[in-house]
Amino acid sequence: MIDQLQALGFTGLNKLAALGRSFIMLFHSLCYFPNPRVGFPLLIKQLHFVGVLSLIIIVVSGLFIGMVLSLQGYTILVDYGSEQAVGQMVALSLVRELSPVVAGLLFAGRAGSALTAEIGLMKATEQLSSMEMIGVDPLRRIVAPRFWAGFISLPLLSMIFSVVGIWGGLLVGVDWLGIYEGSFWANMQAAVDFRIDVLNGIIKAIVFGYVVTWIAVFQGYDCIPTSEGISQATTKTVVYSSLSILGVDFLLTALMFGDL
Amino acid sequence: MDSLDDYIIEIEGMTFSRGERAIFDNISLRIPQGKVTAIMGPSGTGKTTLLKLIGGQIRPDSGCIRVEGLDIPKLNRGELFEIRSRMGMLFQSGALFSDLSVFENVAFPLRVHTQLPEDMIRDLVFMKLQSVGLRGAVELMPSELSGGMARRVALARAIALDPDILMYDEPFTGQDPIAMGVLVKLIKTLNKTLGHTSIVVSHDIQETLSIADYIYLVADGHVVAQGTTQELLAETSPKVKQFMQGLPDGPVPFHFDAPDYLQDMLGGEQ
Repeated sequence: MIDQLQALGFTGLNKLAALGRSFIMLFHSLCYFPNPRVGFPLLIKQLHFVGVLSLIIIVVSGLFIGMVLSLQGYTILVDYGSEQAVGQMVALSLVRELSPVVAGLLFAGRAGSALTAEIGLMKATEQLSSMEMIGVDPLRRIVAPRFWAGFISLPLLSMIFSVVGIWGGLLVGVDWLGIYEGSFWANMQAAVDFRIDVLNGIIKAIVFGYVVTWIAVFQGYDCIPTSEGISQATTKTVVYSSLSILGVDFLLTALMFGDL
Repeated sequence: MDSLDDYIIEIEGMTFSRGERAIFDNISLRIPQGKVTAIMGPSGTGKTTLLKLIGGQIRPDSGCIRVEGLDIPKLNRGELFEIRSRMGMLFQSGALFSDLSVFENVAFPLRVHTQLPEDMIRDLVFMKLQSVGLRGAVELMPSELSGGMARRVALARAIALDPDILMYDEPFTGQDPIAMGVLVKLIKTLNKTLGHTSIVVSHDIQETLSIADYIYLVADGHVVAQGTTQELLAETSPKVKQFMQGLPDGPVPFHFDAPDYLQDMLGGEQ
């Protein structure tokens, strides 16, 4: 019994210490943004790696999710003769919920895990230590550009997800199932509010980008520098990011739309 | 080496422990300027940890570590990175940046710490690579190098800024005899021509003795012996003799701490 209590306390203290370290890392990498001459090319490189290379998975998923939403929505709404509302339904569910959440989950799997593995391997091969000994802070050189790249990329990817998803919905709803195109767009325009829906969706994506990248770079930076440690860190990144996205999404939804 | 000014690094009463285990217990040592000083000892005595303590990557529990008169554990982050630009360290694995070519690896410290024009950086990189005999490998990526070559490129990178202190972490481990000979020659000639202070952490006795001016033998958190090669070879204490002659058993036992063998074998279940 005492042993179990002790183990519980030990685990709790370890988790708290890790949380503390992650805040210190966040503080250092955000406070010391590299100077523009050095930092900008690094940021562009990471934006390409984290953002541009995630485009394909985001576009393909967005297209299929939009198509499925439209098909499911049609089969239900047609019973009530209100299939014109499909456009509105597709747009609202994408912009408010699915784009930030699904793009965030895909981003955690595609870019987050890669960030963790990359930084973890750099640690295991002493590249981070050697950088420190050369007199360059790895938090500025390695962590900060990756952090900012994730932070900038996810909101943009989420917006692209919405646009492609709506186009997918249009393909199925209008071109295949024959909903009148005028009412598809008109209902969407009338129902989607820029501030309440679009802006809140973007805010969600910004928060998710922040959470996923923070978890990913911290897990890489703090991992045990062995092959087993890196594999654990990569798994943790995907699991923690996914759970955080879902949890934070509920919280944000309650705050944003709870009183509507 | 009579006046204090001749020592570039001074460690006094330093204690460092990891968890319950004390790696260094009130250890004191001084590294003379411009010489090759070797720190030797069995595996696991914290030789690499000592280099990390000197570089300020970890902090001691107590005691002071002075490098060029500055107390390393008391420096803030900015000052620490400033003084590190005057130190070079050769890691056991080389630790080259795997996403940069050999050229860019050697140019890295020059690019971040100086404002030199591109053609001058190119000349400097070629000079440093020439001194380690790898100018021909300038276009290669680290993954295309052998272990010995990677270590030599890392050495070129470590001397890129002409540091005052150069630390070698196990430079000979896992090298074939030719690569080992090359490294021994390089450490010696670089120290002579560039005039920096070299600290070699190693347990390869023959190679280290052939280049070291002064040797510290570290074991169980203490300095167990120190002196020149001749002095250490003449040492009669059993611990020093065991290490210097590579005897399998002695004060450092062959067996890791364990309960009685017979009892363990006959005792059955735990």
